[in-house]
Amino acid sequence: MTALNVATYVFIGIGLFFNYVGAFGLHRFPDVYTRLHAATKCTTFGSIFLILAVVMQSAGMWAVEGTHSPQSIMTIHSLLALVALMVTNATGAHAMARAAHRSGEKPARAVVDDLEKKEND
Amino acid sequence: MEFLITTVVAYLVYLLLTIGSGTVALWSTAELIIGAVLAVVVGAVLRNRFIGKDLRMLNPKRWFIFLVYLFPFVWAMARANIDVAYRVITGRINPAIVKIDPKLKNDMSLTILANSITLTPGTLSVDVRPETNELYVHWINVDPEVLKDMPRDYHPICGSFPDWARRIAG
Repeated sequence: MTALNVATYVFIGIGLFFNYVGAFGLHRFPDVYTRLHAATKCTTFGSIFLILAVVMQSAGMWAVEGTHSPQSIMTIHSLLALVALMVTNATGAHAMARAAHRSGEKPARAVVDDLEKKEND
Repeated sequence: MEFLITTVVAYLVYLLLTIGSGTVALWSTAELIIGAVLAVVVGAVLRNRFIGKDLRMLNPKRWFIFLVYLFPFVWAMARANIDVAYRVITGRINPAIVKIDPKLKNDMSLTILANSITLTPGTLSVDVRPETNELYVHWINVDPEVLKDMPRDYHPICGSFPDWARRIAG
């Protein structure tokens, strides 16, 4: 049980670190696209670790308490949340980036903008 | 056929959501019966919407390739996060929006590729041109070599992900 607890604390630490980096990136980066980089990648990866920590704890309790333990709800629902998170986070970022570009937001300090050329054609 | 697949998927999702409700395996009898009735209703209503005409994702080989794909994907995701953390701390960015042509044929593989691009190092998919299946990608740290010629080489941008997407859903 203690090894499981140590692994859980390590996962929570990693998850909090990456979520913190994502939030910090929102302040550091100059425009909406680079901010989306920080917001999507870091929060998805960090949340994966946080959810895995929950899954490890509840699956450990499920194994101890036997098949009909209510911890099965926690384990399976957390995994479902993980799948939903990975799909919707990337899709949402894509939608926001597309909407930003369509409403005329230029990427800051950009060297090339192929999408700009397409709209001028 | 479409009705059967939609019903089975709906029933499986219902079973996952109501797990731990009783003692028949992990479910209560009431949940099993209600789930079956609702799954049949959902299958009857949505049979033409859920999968359309395309049955290629039924092939278990594609699911197996998808599971194998998760390993290089998670590895790329870990590198992406260390990369973003580095750029957040140092502030070194050199962004551009580039057009790539991954040469994918259908929507499913393009969706997998676009989501993979967003979650992996230094790239974010911004827009798609549906008629030619070309992707516009925001690239946070541009390699000047790639910008020289116009049909851009996608390997420095998204590695072998287009090949994986083609194997899974192409």
